[in-house]
Amino acid sequence: MKQLVAVLTVLLAIVVIWYAACIPMNIKGVLTEQERAGAEVVPPSAKDRRDMGEIGLALRNSFAIPATWAQDRPRLPAPHQVAIELWETTVQKKITSKRSLVYHGWVTLSATILGFAIGTGLGILLAVGIVHSRVMDLSVMPWAIVSQTIPIIALAPMIIVVLYSIGIQGIIPKAVISAYLSFFPVVVGMVKGLRSPDAMQLDLLRTYNASNSQVFWKLRLPASMPYLFASLKIGIAASLVGAIVGELPTGAVAGLGARLLAGSYYGQTVQIWSALFAAAILAACLVGLLGLVERAVLKRMGMAQ
Amino acid sequence: MTSESDTQPVIEAKNLDLTFQTNDGPVHALKDVNLAIDKGEFVSFIGPSGCGKTTFLRCVAALETPTGGTLSVNGMTPDEARRNRAYGYVFQAAGLYPWRTIAKNIKLPLEIMGYSAQEQEERARNVLELVDLAGFGEKFPWQLSGGMQQRASIARALAFDADILLMDEPFGALDEIVRDHLNEQLLALWARTGKTIGFVTHSIPEAVYLSTKIVVMSPRPGRITDVIDSPLPKERPLDIRDTPEFIEVAHRVREGLRAGHGDDV
Ligand SMILES: Nc1ncnc2c1ncn2[C@@H]1O[C@H](COP(=O)(O)OP(=O)(O)OP(=O)(O)O)[C@@H](O)[C@H]1O
Ligand SMILES: [Mg+2]
Repeated sequence: MKQLVAVLTVLLAIVVIWYAACIPMNIKGVLTEQERAGAEVVPPSAKDRRDMGEIGLALRNSFAIPATWAQDRPRLPAPHQVAIELWETTVQKKITSKRSLVYHGWVTLSATILGFAIGTGLGILLAVGIVHSRVMDLSVMPWAIVSQTIPIIALAPMIIVVLYSIGIQGIIPKAVISAYLSFFPVVVGMVKGLRSPDAMQLDLLRTYNASNSQVFWKLRLPASMPYLFASLKIGIAASLVGAIVGELPTGAVAGLGARLLAGSYYGQTVQIWSALFAAAILAACLVGLLGLVERAVLKRMGMAQ
Repeated sequence: MTSESDTQPVIEAKNLDLTFQTNDGPVHALKDVNLAIDKGEFVSFIGPSGCGKTTFLRCVAALETPTGGTLSVNGMTPDEARRNRAYGYVFQAAGLYPWRTIAKNIKLPLEIMGYSAQEQEERARNVLELVDLAGFGEKFPWQLSGGMQQRASIARALAFDADILLMDEPFGALDEIVRDHLNEQLLALWARTGKTIGFVTHSIPEAVYLSTKIVVMSPRPGRITDVIDSPLPKERPLDIRDTPEFIEVAHRVREGLRAGHGDDV
């Protein structure tokens, strides 16, 4: 109960700040519209207004404040505008419609899941190699780290162009970019997890004359599970970012990234924000889902009480 | 089996030496250790911290490689003995796997050694009874007290047929009462199984109560200062600790420890 109150308080504060921020952000545009519509605006000349502070303008034209929350193409849309747009483009549109966010969300989600699967698989394989081979530890880890220092925005178009030139397009290039972002947290987490058994536990298996594969299956892998889930949660969020970034440089026609791009071409800020929120909600759902799987698995293993 | 192999010691160390190379220079953990342990003996190692008790046990278990001298286990090198699964090792901490139930923990060595599922089931049940944990097989380690966990780890070492049992301060973290109880159980178990036991402890009464042979060690460099063959009978109720024989052996152990200490004070 106390938690709920705290969460709602924070939410309320964000909404209040957001509404307040809409006033200075949108006031100049609103005043221009109002002037054209014939309203008395202080100061009347657009040239004078340009050099004035937004807050001062809002105070002097307080009648125009409600209009800052109801513009067609505001610089910063108000929360309810985004909420209405989200509602209209998800629940009220047919899923097959090109304007349905569910449709675009699914396009992005499928690339995210494919990329996440590839990235996770690759990450686990690399981690197993790194833990078992000193050569791989020395050679792979530095490259994995370097790979993450290259801005994905710079790399994504190259990946898409290269794959296009060998005839691969559609979901695969997006999944590759998504995998590129998500394998790293999995590698780091799995390496740490596979190395988490202490010397005594390893010695114990040595006294049984256990083989390397037995050490892996009976000790290292189960011991790494909590670490794996922690990195999967980071990995899936990174996957989603990767899939969206992968949609930007192609001028894609579908996907949340495409919605962002189209919104910014046409100054449809409400559309941009609703696509952003859709992405955030999607990420929260994915992370939450993984959290449930984590709870179930660790509980079955007896590691969560 | 010839009479010669019967009289051959199960564990035999000759001029055993071990020096650890550390960043702060060499540490002489074992120096010139000579010891023979016969089949069915219960041998305690006692001595101040850092005198090499654990190190010696680890050498026997082939978890550490001596830098000098010879060491044989069952007439083989320690590593061959390890690969033959000649011993069970009980570490100072129980070290049960948190993701396995108690029964599954006990089956761990059996799975690795390829016992059949039915055999695993049977042995797990037997050793759980042996250490008084019948009925706790399906519990997870965190549901058990420290003493119960330690007993489970002993059961794990008993589950397969190793005729040597190496125990490194298995009861170190337990209170006096629990410890007495476990000591009694351990003696009964030893009598029943006829295993050869190497047992590290810091407690003089524990060493005297349990052992047929007490090895007193002293540190820097780690070495054996006295080996005491206990005159106590094999049958030992807890109140044997109040008999004059017991007190005399305990006295000799204490003297040995004090002499070892005197060297570097
Ligand atoms: N792996 C290692 N590397 C370097 N030095 C070590 C190592 N293991 C033990 N030593 C050193 O060897 C000496 C003997 O250690 P050991 O653990 O055998 O003592 P111990 O008699 O078991 O002591 P305690 O009663 O405290 O357990 C100590 O000085 C210790 O610092
Ligand atoms: Mg020790």
